[in-house]
Amino acid sequence: MSVFDRAYDDPVRVLDEDGEVVGDVPDLDDEALVDMYRHMRLARHFDGRAVSLQRQGRMGTYPPLSGQEGAQIGSATALAEDDWMVPSYREHGAALVRGLPLKQTLLYWMGHEAGNKAPEGVNVFPVAVPIASQVPHATGASWAAKLRDTDEVFLCYFGDGATSEGDFHEGVNFAGVFDTPTVFFCNNNQWAISVPRERQTRSATLAQKAEAYGIDGVQVDGMDPLAVYSVTRDAVEKARGPETDRPRPTLIEAIQYRFGAHTTADDPTVYRDDEEVERWKAKDPIPRLEAYLRSEAILDDERVAEIETAVEERVADAIDAAEAAARPEPSELFEHAYAELPSELARQQEEFAAFREAHGDEAFLEE
Amino acid sequence: MSDTQNLTVVQAVRDGLYSEMREDDDVLVLGQDVGKNGGVFRATEGLFDEFGGDRVVDTPLAESGIVGAAVGMAAMGLRPVPEIQFSGFMYPGFDQIVSHMARFRARSRGRFTLPMTLRAPYGGGIRAPEHHSESKEAFYAHEAGLKVAIPSMPYDAKGLLAASIRDPDPVIFLEPKLIYRAFREEVPEEPYTVPLGEAATRREGDDVAVFTYGAMTRPTLEAAESLAEEGIECEVVDLRTVSPLDREAIVDAFERTGRAVVVHEAPKTGGLAGEITAIIQEEALLYQEAPVKRVTGFDVPYPLYALEDYYLPTAARIEEGILEAVEF
Repeated sequence: MSVFDRAYDDPVRVLDEDGEVVGDVPDLDDEALVDMYRHMRLARHFDGRAVSLQRQGRMGTYPPLSGQEGAQIGSATALAEDDWMVPSYREHGAALVRGLPLKQTLLYWMGHEAGNKAPEGVNVFPVAVPIASQVPHATGASWAAKLRDTDEVFLCYFGDGATSEGDFHEGVNFAGVFDTPTVFFCNNNQWAISVPRERQTRSATLAQKAEAYGIDGVQVDGMDPLAVYSVTRDAVEKARGPETDRPRPTLIEAIQYRFGAHTTADDPTVYRDDEEVERWKAKDPIPRLEAYLRSEAILDDERVAEIETAVEERVADAIDAAEAAARPEPSELFEHAYAELPSELARQQEEFAAFREAHGDEAFLEE
Repeated sequence: MSDTQNLTVVQAVRDGLYSEMREDDDVLVLGQDVGKNGGVFRATEGLFDEFGGDRVVDTPLAESGIVGAAVGMAAMGLRPVPEIQFSGFMYPGFDQIVSHMARFRARSRGRFTLPMTLRAPYGGGIRAPEHHSESKEAFYAHEAGLKVAIPSMPYDAKGLLAASIRDPDPVIFLEPKLIYRAFREEVPEEPYTVPLGEAATRREGDDVAVFTYGAMTRPTLEAAESLAEEGIECEVVDLRTVSPLDREAIVDAFERTGRAVVVHEAPKTGGLAGEITAIIQEEALLYQEAPVKRVTGFDVPYPLYALEDYYLPTAARIEEGILEAVEF
């Protein structure tokens, strides 16, 4: 039976909360499994450090991802190199799997536009902040791939709150109508800031919204990285070349939880209770995968310690590199608004440069 | 000398789409009713038969979806030309226009650019129902990262559209529907461009500079001809794009005349006339012989058609405005 023939409220699972196998383990070699584990550990450690940097005033507002590593790393691992991911603003873990340097993510949240520029060959769209607005982009970009007859698949991330927005419906509907190679990945982390999933929709599941658009919808345990990988891989393969008359697009609802705040500007204790948080922390994807890998003798204490050290070093190096980055050149303000600077904008740039030349940066900056 | 055709504005738009799609396989048209139906104003008529359903795409009825999907297509290197059926319906797509269409290049530091041209029939004067007559070009001119073109003549309609489609940056292309079929002009059959950001002098005169664009160009010229009979010679400058504005043309015409009138059908407050007046103040104050006069639509919701003749600037109102500037 295809994974897409399941009931919408029957999430795919591979590992239970203790890491015991309860489903079909995907065919991944040991190194790939360790890579997933390493990426999850990296994402978790990065996240903790990023929140701490914000608290110390070394970074601006930051949206934490802890709890969502299983969904992010599992799904991004299922993409081929030429595929694309179209993120919202929380997919720091998925982006690092795709090859976006951690330094870039740090720079973006430290207020450098340069952080939004993925290096050539790293197929990641810029962060999209307005909720669900990236959904039609993913549809359009994958539509372009289809028109040009390339093999690229586009994996689009958004949260449960995004499914209430018009753009979600317009983007997914277009994907259904034009049968685009798009995988819509809903990180249902239960809360859109302070508003629970039950306040977003009366639908029993988010996966079933696929029905309205004639595409496949499937639920997966988002705290189970192997299940997420497995489902996403099947959706990506189907998008690339459906073997049957199934639609190319899929809506995946990954059920998960954000352990922390929506952003560092938010206090979740106002709207949710500790008991709920503890209940979900018991489902933490990292110890779950670790337990499985240990039981298969793929990981041991030594390897785990090695990974831990490497992860800490990598994040520390990225922070050093980001903090060492010079303040962007003020002239950059003007450089990328248009391909060619319109004359009025060139005048504004000259006026700005002349004022800065005459009065120095003290005229712009505090202290 | 290439062959020409005698075309209306809407036919010139269609001809522009047709020749750009022939020139470049990456150009495609999408929107509501643009395919088999050829567009509600027939601006895309015949394209579907020529280029097929993959390049002339009838989409679901969803403005944000149309603009947002075009953003994704353009980011991947296609040159989509989305049509919004009436500019009064651009607002459901407004978030995509200002949050993404305008910002993708800046946000990605130039890695992504959006070579897309969003077309919409625009403006009043055709006895249309509510929400079908708005002129809100100031919204888009205010948004950095966008360019905004508004043709007044068939020749420019084709050439400006071609320039917009070939431009590496996103362009809002507003087509005044009042003049879609009002007159004809000889238009070359072969492709050509009219550069964005360059005004055209429609009439030369030394007494007063009158700045306008789009559908208001015709009543402005009518007023100018009428005043010429009284010995007042107006310089009529058709801006053709409201972003970027041709500051040089504005300043130059003003310096030679010392008097200015700005005519547009959009509401007065926050409209482009204010911007043009400010340019004159900034750059040519010492040439000024009279206050700049604005002849515009009123700051009221666009009326249903029983009253629209009172809303839109007419040749008589424009004439009156010019006289005020001249007789000051």
